Amino acid sequence: MTTKMMGAKVQRVEDERLVRGTGRYVDDVALDALHTAVLRSPHAHARIVSIDVDAVLDVEGVHAVWTYDDLEGAMAEPLPLLIPHPTLTQGRTQYALAKDEVNYVGEAIAFVVADDRYIAEDALARIAVEFELLPAVVGVEAAREAANLVHDDVPGNVAARMEQSNGDAAAAIAAAPHTLSLDLKIERSACMPMEGRGTVARWDPDQNRLQVWTSTQTSTGVRAAVAAKLGLDLGQVDVITPDVGGGFGVKIVHPWPEELLVPLAAQKLGRAVKFTEDRREHFISSAHERAQVHHVEVGFDDEGRVLGLDVRFWHDHGAYTPYGLIVPIITSTQLLGPYKPGAYHVQFDSLYTNTVIVTPYRGAGRPQGCFVMERTMDAIAAELGKDRADVRAVNFIQPDEFPYDQGLIFQDGRELKYDSGDYPAMLDKIKELVDWDNFESFREAKAAEGKRVGLGLACYVEGTGVGPYEGAHVHIETSGKVKVATGLTSQGQGHQTAFAQIVADELGVRFEDVEITTGDTRRMAYAVGTFASRAAVMSGSAIHLAAKRAKEKALRIAADALEADIDDLEIVDGVVSVKGTDSSIPLGTIAVLSNPLRYAFDEASKAATQFNVGDPTKPPVAEDDEPGLEGKDFYSPPRSTFASGMHAVIVETDVETAEIRILKYAVVHDCGHLINPMIVEGQIHGGVAQGVGGALYERMAYDESGQLLNASFMDFLMPYVTEVPESIEIDHLETPSPLNPLGIKGAGEAGVIPGSAAFAAAIEDAERLTITAMPISPSELFALRAAQKESK
Amino acid sequence: MKPAPFDYVRPGSLEEALQALAGHPEAKVLAGGQSLVPLLSMRLAAPAVLVDINELPDLDHVNVGADGVRVGALARHAQVLADADVARVQPLVTKALANVAHATIRNRGTTVGSLVHADAAAEMPMVLQLLGGSLDVVGPQGRRTIPVEELYVGPLESSLHHDEIAVEAFFPALAAGTGVAFEEIARRHGDYAMCGVAAVVTVDGERVVAAKAGYLSVSDIPAVVDLTEALDGEMTNASLARAADAALAVLEPETDIHATADYRAHLARVLTARVVSAAYQNAREEQQS
Ligand SMILES: Cc1cc2nc3c(=O)[nH]c(=O)nc-3n(C[C@H](O)[C@H](O)[C@H](O)COP(=O)(O)OP(=O)(O)OC[C@H]3O[C@@H](n4cnc5c(N)ncnc54)[C@H](O)[C@@H]3O)c2cc1C
Repeated sequence: MTTKMMGAKVQRVEDERLVRGTGRYVDDVALDALHTAVLRSPHAHARIVSIDVDAVLDVEGVHAVWTYDDLEGAMAEPLPLLIPHPTLTQGRTQYALAKDEVNYVGEAIAFVVADDRYIAEDALARIAVEFELLPAVVGVEAAREAANLVHDDVPGNVAARMEQSNGDAAAAIAAAPHTLSLDLKIERSACMPMEGRGTVARWDPDQNRLQVWTSTQTSTGVRAAVAAKLGLDLGQVDVITPDVGGGFGVKIVHPWPEELLVPLAAQKLGRAVKFTEDRREHFISSAHERAQVHHVEVGFDDEGRVLGLDVRFWHDHGAYTPYGLIVPIITSTQLLGPYKPGAYHVQFDSLYTNTVIVTPYRGAGRPQGCFVMERTMDAIAAELGKDRADVRAVNFIQPDEFPYDQGLIFQDGRELKYDSGDYPAMLDKIKELVDWDNFESFREAKAAEGKRVGLGLACYVEGTGVGPYEGAHVHIETSGKVKVATGLTSQGQGHQTAFAQIVADELGVRFEDVEITTGDTRRMAYAVGTFASRAAVMSGSAIHLAAKRAKEKALRIAADALEADIDDLEIVDGVVSVKGTDSSIPLGTIAVLSNPLRYAFDEASKAATQFNVGDPTKPPVAEDDEPGLEGKDFYSPPRSTFASGMHAVIVETDVETAEIRILKYAVVHDCGHLINPMIVEGQIHGGVAQGVGGALYERMAYDESGQLLNASFMDFLMPYVTEVPESIEIDHLETPSPLNPLGIKGAGEAGVIPGSAAFAAAIEDAERLTITAMPISPSELFALRAAQKESK
Repeated sequence: MKPAPFDYVRPGSLEEALQALAGHPEAKVLAGGQSLVPLLSMRLAAPAVLVDINELPDLDHVNVGADGVRVGALARHAQVLADADVARVQPLVTKALANVAHATIRNRGTTVGSLVHADAAAEMPMVLQLLGGSLDVVGPQGRRTIPVEELYVGPLESSLHHDEIAVEAFFPALAAGTGVAFEEIARRHGDYAMCGVAAVVTVDGERVVAAKAGYLSVSDIPAVVDLTEALDGEMTNASLARAADAALAVLEPETDIHATADYRAHLARVLTARVVSAAYQNAREEQQS
């Protein structure tokens, strides 16, 4: 038997390319392309009185300049609202180029195509726009006050109000022996992939078709959008996703204005056209996330068991709602984490503000939900004078209660029903990793050195692997090499490696002989995309199923060729043999036999002539068969799988300077069966780094007029390697999912989710003051200390 | 983020470089580009001509003598930082440079360029000010030495004329019985500091005979405060508190998105105590060795 690849720490095959700088990104494609630049609104809220582009026409090297008035047909309609929801009664989306009004700094107003980006930017400087300024609505508070409106026709700035409940929370809280109320806040941040957005398009007049390369998390989504907006048949549009330098959610949004304007320009000008977003543009015209304000009412018993939980929150949705209510719905459902909340009621308002749009960023509403729930657990423990881990433990769903139905509807419109998990075992593991029980003696030892330390814990459950489906196509070539295509895209996660492991195991071929292609609509026209920690579950399962089909066919032909029984066959290193004999046939030869051609092209074909397959009295290709050694299948689950995890962090808060140092960071993670532990740990490392950023560094600093004050990497502080913990201690738990053939759950987003919750708890524990808002900087901690001193 | 159009010259001699500058009122010198290029890319500066001085001969020296350290205009931060003689003759230069940006930026950025750029958040202008150094510049009228007291005239503004090129900076040597120390607090490793302090303390036995501190990011132009009087000869918690009071009476911390004015003032106070006493310790050790 070939060594099992599933569960092995296989080195990522993509690293050679990506780490050595030989990756191929959108900007590396079509070096002959014309370049584009976008005139973006300098104002957060204004009416466009007039736009004068005359001065641009004289600039040498400019090929086109467009404003809204140049758009026709579907291009002149608002961009699609991708995910409608019945409660999103006031959904609004922007136009590819602003029509009459701009609603955030950065909104696209005009589009220039030129020989190069330098000329395109020179041209932008010559466009004269007359604005009539309108008052800007910035932040949740201003949106709620609604003294000014973002959209004239949306009263109260409320895009949607949604409510869910399970039981009578108000009554349960009223009857509870203890109650608490909390106000909790998380600020804005954003994905910040190394590679910004980018699109290249080429119109081929000979074939009458459009080819688009775009840095996206969904090539099939972009394809459908481009075809619809440009009035083309789907069959005329290919969308190819080359290497993508990070997505983290922002690239699931589609179509971006440039993803339509670039193909349109390519078609109209008959030239390849390219848009490469720069960093400032990414700050002011791609998506943000996270800003929410929450109010919690909770009732609990003497043990800390939650009897009733009522959460009301306000979601800062930015200027438009192209991605629907996914983020706040996730907060409202996933904040429950591993707990049984007794009765639960949640209500949120999604509010318009004159800021960049808000769409999912890795974690997608969960970091906020986890922060709310875990702050609540800590508050209960403080109120009762109990150990914080014990309070969590009494609220856990128990291992024998799965599948556990939370009685709510999840973001995919399906039941919020957890498939599997073991939270008590996980708690034991995290306590051991961080030496929970001996922390007080550590604290005393540090105190003796004049140092202040604190310990925080945060638990979460993450719905992963949402449907509706993914597919895969497996093709065994006559060389014995296996070519696999799946439609979702890759942003560096290691799909080429993990998916090849699955194929190698199922087919019995060498890992090195498997090649994976993702995100190319020419190879797989039906696909959804890479988001919601779904790639391994969805495409991994589809690939497994497709490989199984290819294997079934291979064995059928092999049994015929070797005159053996299928059950007596095995495949090792790409060779089918009759167990216990030396009778064998390579898969490549089976591939030749599977295609009853007359021509022998190569050695493989000649080798096949020794075998005799098929029934000479029947057609060469049987009625229900196809030529070729291929397998294709789709995987579509009934609902999501639920991964889980717990993080613990020990911080030191500098007694004098209020600097916050990380002394230890520990993670226990359960994503079911691990395909490749090294990749999962890499995902956790990256997630933790982003969690550190979200908790201690990153925020979008908007001023009251809606200007983003820190739209560069100089002032938007992402952690450097020097700011993330030197080592992250990781332990795994594997409770397999019953919902898919491999027993896997998603792992992509997990690492970031509990960051703010864990750090808030640790800082609170060190400082003995209440933390209700994240992120927190040393300057803010200093202010909290001062306020506490004053109040004493 | 592409610069507006500009002409570019890369002269091979100082004379040609000076001519190029004189020829264009809108010309600008390009050294390591670590401050200028971002300004160009964001179109916050749009000079008509860039005069790249990187090909000029004989300007990449770091000369160390008994009187101090002479740094040529093309010596990179990294080169100065790695020079053991610099660390011996004026250790404050080395201590401060270790806090300038990151290795990749120190490999390109020049120390003289930083001095000309005149940022009150940058380490080296403050260090030059604290040490009482000077900058040699060459212009159409020839070479002149600008003492640091006359160098920094406003926020991000030095007294160099537009048609002058800085060729060499001079950091005086550490005097006998004198110690130095440096510490800064930044949001992230390598960032410009929220506050930073350098100190030079001279002792006679246990007594402090002179003490000065320089401050980062709490003033418009590089700030140096004489603390001799406030310390009143002694190194105690009380005298350090008086020193911090004296400094804060002069400094003007401001609130920005990274830190409030109160917090910066607090850091200035904490760091004054830490750094002045560290410089004192350093001076005592110097004296004993
Ligand atoms: C990410 C990043 C972080 C940084 N962090 C820090 C930090 O923490 N602390 C810090 O001090 N600096 C920091 N810097 C700035 C860095 O130190 C620069 O190298 C330095 O400020 C300027 O030196 P330069 O050689 O790059 O000058 P340039 O960018 O080439 O020029 C800067 C200015 O000085 C003028 N100039 C330069 N040389 C001369 C000369 N010989 N004669 C006349 N005029 C001249 C130029 O015309 C220009 O106006 C950082 C830079 C970056 C990109």
